[in-house]
Amino acid sequence: MAPDVGVLDVVLWGVLPYLMAVILVGGLIWRYRYDQFGWTTRSSQLYESRLLRIASPLFHFGILAVLAGHLFGLVIPMSWTEAVGMSQEFYHFNALFVGGVAGIGTLGGIILLIIRRRTTGPVFMATTKNDKMMYVVLVAAIIFGLWTTLASVFLGGHGHNYRETVSPWFRSLYILQPDIGSMAAAPFSFHLHTLVGMALFVIWPFTRLVHAFTAPLHYIFRPYIVYRSRDRQQGSTPVRRGWSEVGLADRERDRR
Amino acid sequence: MRVMAQMGMVMNLDKCIGCHTCSVTCKQAWTNRAGMEYVWFNNVETRPGQGYPRRYEDQERWKGGWTLNKAGRLKLKAGGKAAKLLGLFASPVQPELKDYYEPWTYDYKMLVEAPLGDDFPVARPKSLITGEDTKITWSANWDDNLGGTTELGHLDPIVEKVRRESNEKIKFDYEQTFMFYLPRICEHCLNPSCMASCPSGAIYKRVEDGIVLVDQDRCRGWRQCVTGCPYKKIYFNHKTGKAEKCTFCYPRIEVGQPTVCSETCVGRLRYLGLFLYDADAVTGAASTENEQDLYEAQMDVILDPEDPRVQAEARKQGIAEDWLEAARRSPVYKLAKVYKVALPLHPEYRTMPMVWYVPPLSPVTDLLKEQGHDAEDAGNLFGAIDALRIPVEYLAELFTAGDTSKIDEVLKKLAAMRSYMRGISMGNDPDDAIPEKVGMSGEELYEMYRLMAIAKYEERYVIPQAHAEQAHDLEEMGCSLDFEDGPGMYEDSPFGEASGTPTPVAIENFYALQARQTSEEPPGAASLRGRVNLLNWDGTGRPSGLFPDPHHPAKSAEAKE
Ligand code: HEM
Ligand code: SF4
Ligand code: SF4
Repeated sequence: MAPDVGVLDVVLWGVLPYLMAVILVGGLIWRYRYDQFGWTTRSSQLYESRLLRIASPLFHFGILAVLAGHLFGLVIPMSWTEAVGMSQEFYHFNALFVGGVAGIGTLGGIILLIIRRRTTGPVFMATTKNDKMMYVVLVAAIIFGLWTTLASVFLGGHGHNYRETVSPWFRSLYILQPDIGSMAAAPFSFHLHTLVGMALFVIWPFTRLVHAFTAPLHYIFRPYIVYRSRDRQQGSTPVRRGWSEVGLADRERDRR
Repeated sequence: MRVMAQMGMVMNLDKCIGCHTCSVTCKQAWTNRAGMEYVWFNNVETRPGQGYPRRYEDQERWKGGWTLNKAGRLKLKAGGKAAKLLGLFASPVQPELKDYYEPWTYDYKMLVEAPLGDDFPVARPKSLITGEDTKITWSANWDDNLGGTTELGHLDPIVEKVRRESNEKIKFDYEQTFMFYLPRICEHCLNPSCMASCPSGAIYKRVEDGIVLVDQDRCRGWRQCVTGCPYKKIYFNHKTGKAEKCTFCYPRIEVGQPTVCSETCVGRLRYLGLFLYDADAVTGAASTENEQDLYEAQMDVILDPEDPRVQAEARKQGIAEDWLEAARRSPVYKLAKVYKVALPLHPEYRTMPMVWYVPPLSPVTDLLKEQGHDAEDAGNLFGAIDALRIPVEYLAELFTAGDTSKIDEVLKKLAAMRSYMRGISMGNDPDDAIPEKVGMSGEELYEMYRLMAIAKYEERYVIPQAHAEQAHDLEEMGCSLDFEDGPGMYEDSPFGEASGTPTPVAIENFYALQARQTSEEPPGAASLRGRVNLLNWDGTGRPSGLFPDPHHPAKSAEAKE
């Protein structure tokens, strides 16, 4: 461990991430099991469609690109991209360009969404406190994220290479040996963005954002027509362990 | 062949008086909840008219149902699976509240709480969406009884089409127009495009009775089904964020009761019963190239319940004997396939709808009467059906994808029935030339008349109960009761009268109500073994058993049996 690692650093970069993971995963499992009925996009398109049709795709495609960018920047080690001959400058240009476009699209999208939410009467009335809180954290994460993008290029004249600080720490988390020193060495903007990001993941399971985890990709693979038997299903939830039926014979249809 | 059973409905449009009782009782039963204010699982449209939601039949705009791709295979009109997923973030084609209407209530409190003054207090309309004052500009049946049709009638997509194709104008002048009512529920299609559009796979068709339901736990609010259903019979609950639809009153159907809309229909025009169909043949039939052949293709999918081969196959699929019996007695099968007078609504959507309609003869008879002719005379009627093209073309656009010859056939059968039966009731000898003209025997025509005009409750609704051995799956029941021959709950329980699991209230009331309506005696005389169900007691007489016999409490009940 590097000598300039303080207690606060240990808490923030060594303990918090795991706490967050526990809450995120545990929260999702809990919500999935106990609140299937609440698991929805809570669409507001019925009230207003014109703005939403621009803002929502803008935001969503933006945020999905941002997500891909995060994976690229955090998961793939610098040595790999260098090995395939990608220069530091080229990488940075791309990160700034693609990341910037995606980030600004996302930000523009969410600003439009919020304006729509605030100004369309019925949409605003359907906005819960939970939604508002979620928006604050989400917007903060996006804005601070854009700041880090700028910082990665312009900080101190030549930019900050987060792939030498944040990324190794991020990867180290997965092998349960958090490289706290690397993260502690990152600039403040990165610290802030990471913290807000973690806050977003902590509240995720408890907000409408859960819809992202049931993105219906299986649609591609399923047949169009779905048959279900009243017999085999008990209500709409699958039978839990410990509650399986007894006496199967009497449940079979009679064929007198 | 894979034989499956399907609950179906037939509505005889000539009898609909447009009272909206069905809509109201359905709403009371199912959709009087927050988030569902604008939802009408059952609605009654005046045709010509725009329908609900407005112009829902304009599939170039709403993209509901199926089309065929170049290879002749079925494809969702709104696009393939990948396109649908890409359009998930904001549905590209989605009706808004303004296509339905902004539901409202009135500020009734004002009426009783306004301070004394010179002006009459008024109850202002308040939007149920925003809670603010609102101006009422449209509703679920704004063009009821052709209201405003002289101005807006051309907006009916069918009117548009008939005009385009026949160069003749549908007149909305008072003397020359025609009108009928079209009550609509979900069609519980054999090839539902709502289900095919649902990315989550939350919409399913029940194997046992073909009822199409939305699993509220699995629905994630992507709303693709709203686009997918060409009849716009999936509604989005804007409070819960889930899609909801007509349930065919499955908790009632499962215990052998008709749907609420059927039970309460003032015109007694609804029929309920089973179809047997070949599930393996559905996709092929729905892919029939020529739209006007879809009706025949749909008829071919429906199997003959008398056919021993079908029965054997059905048994193999586990369809129980009493269900096969119900399929044989099914009034909807008779109307659709034996007499061929019931037609599917918009077969060209390729969803194979299972709510069928007997097209109304009234547009023709009304015009005849208007012109001073005898509207019961077979000759006049047949002539008018041939001459009055506009109503016939309009009906054809609704029920046969524009093929007027089939509408002609059905209307002529109805006309034949009408004049044949008039002859008989005037005391003349039956004129067998009339049924001959429509290819039926006098006997058949009489049977058809019986079913269409005077069939009793038990003949109109032939609903086999879900099996008692499956009773623990049923919504309302906590125990298995003997439903074979009526209410098992009046049987003696081993540990005295009230022992065992209680009977669900709806079932008890249903049988008590039925007993009361069909007997001359005061309620509760026999069926309740001397007890009185006060919920259903209408005050007639003083049923013994209202009070226990003070001397022999136990005996009094027995004596009444
Ligand atoms: C990956 C698959 C995703 C899909 C298919 C999806 C789809 C949707 C849909 C259909 C809506 C409802 C829009 C409406 O009709 O009102 C919505 C809303 C929303 N989604 Fe997503 N989403 C996804 C991922 C995400 C992610 C990753 C985020 C954020 C980090 C996100 C944030 C939001 C927000 C904030 C709203 C509310 C928009 C508003 O009405 O103000 N979504 N999403
Ligand atoms: S009518 Fe009913 S079953 Fe058919 S597509 Fe529409 S919602 Fe689905
Ligand atoms: S209750 Fe019957 S008669 Fe009245 S509108 Fe409904 S379908 Fe027509």
